[in-house]
Amino acid sequence: MVTGTYEPTIIGFLCNWCAYQGADLAGTSRMEYPPNVRPVRVMCTGRIDPTFILKAFAEGADGVLVGGCHPGDCHYLEGNYKAIRRITMVRRMLEQFGIEPERFRLEWVSASEGAKWAKIVEEMTEQVRDLGPLQWWENVREA
Amino acid sequence: MEEPKIGVFICHCGTNIAGTVDIDEVREFAAGLPGVVSARDYKFTCSEPGQLQIKEDVKNLGLNRVVVAACSPRMHEITFRKAVAEVGLNPYLLQIANIREQDSWVHKNGSTEKAKALIRAAVQRANLLESLERREVPVTPSVLVVGGGIAGIQAALNIANANHKVYLVEREPSIGGRMIQLDKTFPTLDCSSCILTPKMAAVGSHPNIELMTYSEVEDVSGYIGNFKVKVRKKPRYVDSELCTGCGICIEKCPWKTDSEFDMGLGKRKAVYTPFPQAVPNVPVIDPDVCVYFEKGTCRACEKFCPPGAIAWDQKEETVELEVGAIIVATGYDLLDPSPLTQYGYKRLDNVITSLEFERMCSATGPTGGELVLKDGSAPQSVAIIHCVGSRDKNYCEYCSRVCCMYALKYSHLIGEKTDADVYQLYIDMRCYGKGFEEFYKRLSDEGVNFVRGKVAQVTDQVAGEEEQGKLVVVTEDTLLGRMLRIPVDMVILCPAMVARADADEVARRFLINRGADGFFLERHPKLEPVATASDGVFVVGCAQGPKDIPDTVAQASAGAAEALSLIDRGTVEIEAATAVVDEEMCSGCKICLALCPYNAITFDEEKKLANVNDILCKGCGVCVAACPSAAITGRHFTDKQIFAEIDGLLADVKPPLVAV
Repeated sequence: MVTGTYEPTIIGFLCNWCAYQGADLAGTSRMEYPPNVRPVRVMCTGRIDPTFILKAFAEGADGVLVGGCHPGDCHYLEGNYKAIRRITMVRRMLEQFGIEPERFRLEWVSASEGAKWAKIVEEMTEQVRDLGPLQWWENVREA
Repeated sequence: MEEPKIGVFICHCGTNIAGTVDIDEVREFAAGLPGVVSARDYKFTCSEPGQLQIKEDVKNLGLNRVVVAACSPRMHEITFRKAVAEVGLNPYLLQIANIREQDSWVHKNGSTEKAKALIRAAVQRANLLESLERREVPVTPSVLVVGGGIAGIQAALNIANANHKVYLVEREPSIGGRMIQLDKTFPTLDCSSCILTPKMAAVGSHPNIELMTYSEVEDVSGYIGNFKVKVRKKPRYVDSELCTGCGICIEKCPWKTDSEFDMGLGKRKAVYTPFPQAVPNVPVIDPDVCVYFEKGTCRACEKFCPPGAIAWDQKEETVELEVGAIIVATGYDLLDPSPLTQYGYKRLDNVITSLEFERMCSATGPTGGELVLKDGSAPQSVAIIHCVGSRDKNYCEYCSRVCCMYALKYSHLIGEKTDADVYQLYIDMRCYGKGFEEFYKRLSDEGVNFVRGKVAQVTDQVAGEEEQGKLVVVTEDTLLGRMLRIPVDMVILCPAMVARADADEVARRFLINRGADGFFLERHPKLEPVATASDGVFVVGCAQGPKDIPDTVAQASAGAAEALSLIDRGTVEIEAATAVVDEEMCSGCKICLALCPYNAITFDEEKKLANVNDILCKGCGVCVAACPSAAITGRHFTDKQIFAEIDGLLADVKPPLVAV
């Protein structure tokens, strides 16, 4: 059902200390980017339970973007390293579900990288828009 | 759980939100959401009347949850938490929807739809919020100041004078920092050491300051009000208690190396104090230079030391401190200009950096205050190149703020010491501070040649008789619109001020962030200029960004005031959004124990259960996500609350119900 007006919905899980602040900075600096990412603030990427990501896809998200502190800069010392390990597993799981890898991204965005955040959102929105809606339920019906 | 009665308050923020978000549409949408009993909007919800609107509704409508759709929670969550607490609502029953920074400010189209989704998510999450009680814990009434430059000195004295204990840790053998390396200071031309040494002496003798030089902070743990700090004291090999500072050891020592303090222009001994007015006036022995450490011989210092203070067997020791607040004042480095090969630093003789020039001008410096070329003669002409690496997107995009002014000062000092012609090669003259413009005017009248343009090259490839034996500065004069070749005897580079080489390590140790420029990041650029992402840790001076001495001193005092207001209070509230273990669910697998970065989880061997110490827990939630039995709840960020939020964000794109 890809039409010219299709706009993807992407859920962003942002850590409070880096990515969320980076996204705030993009706002303070009035950097325009597409409105497709809807943010959820968590204290640390280490808090992100794989079920959050699956829940987002299950509820209709076309993509999921996780933003955290750069490796070594975690406010809680090493939460982002723990996130990397979990997310590696999530990637494999999504692959088995037949979800395109471009629909899921992990990015490091520091509190000063507002421009980077805006660029990532723009890029990912375009990528997911090109892929079209996820609409997994259509496939479930076919199966 | 009681029936939720949610009030939604939508802020216009003047036109900041209302300019792009259709407030009426969003308000009507919010009013129709399940659980919402009232939805209102106001021009500035954070203002006094805006807060009153919330308070009145809580009282009159019996609201038990409040959603504020406004700016980032990092901006005003505290404001609104206080407001609801004043009318008896638990502050954790408030939810913010960020429709400004992450919506109205960044989207031209679609911001109204996104605002609706954000508010629906906030309302759904608010349904499940629970009251939490913050705990008060006592504060250790002492402060750690890291770095003994002018910033650290000022902050330490402010706090110590208020009768609080200060631990001042400095890496070098003496306090003084960069400022003590300077000769004169702009725009007043007062001598740097004349104004700084009294303050250094005051630090050295202050009963409330424990000065720890030649020491480094190794580890920081704990939390606001109650930090535990490990400081590594390097061995001086000189007993500070016995040493009288007579200097005979230095005189007798036969081993020399380049002096770091003199930027390698002069020599120091293997046993040394970096400069004559060092505080403390106790030398250190450099084991890399001292021959005793290599061969076990010499021991000249030991033979001649009148009080017998040489202590070869001193070992490194680690001291543990307990402090309530930390001030980071670790200063800056000067960019090494040698990678900017066009300027010829280290390749061509008589191309020097600003700090080298400062040392050369100093009466106690390597040339005794004489301005000389490598061959010992006085220069006939000097070029000063501004913005070496500053305002240059290949190196540092920012302006280093002090170079224009010290370059003007150099013109004056060169004029005092020689008859040389001086050329200022600048991009823009930035003389913005108190007395700066007047100083610029004064120097212009003293007869300095100003050339506006970015220097292309400094070369020894001469093109004519008058360039013979000279350094040639090749530049465009953008005011005259022509290329110039200026033959000079000496070139002074004004390199960018950059973050310390080990700033990343220091940032990690104190859990503070760095900006894109590498300097430590303040919590808010305007309203919280010395606070950091870590509660109780403050950053002052050039560690936060390039600045001159007056700004550094002002900021250091600001940091001291913040630290004082924290430790003087006696107690501090600690975060209530911590993790808690459900004993019924815990299987005792111990997975969480290894994951906790703060060792806040202990294992009860008797009950075979994990237990979270909620004073040590900082609420990161890593254990919550890891627990295979879902026995750990992350308060205020529970699975259910986050699921509700995801659900709310996606309700408009939700898939149809599918029978699987």
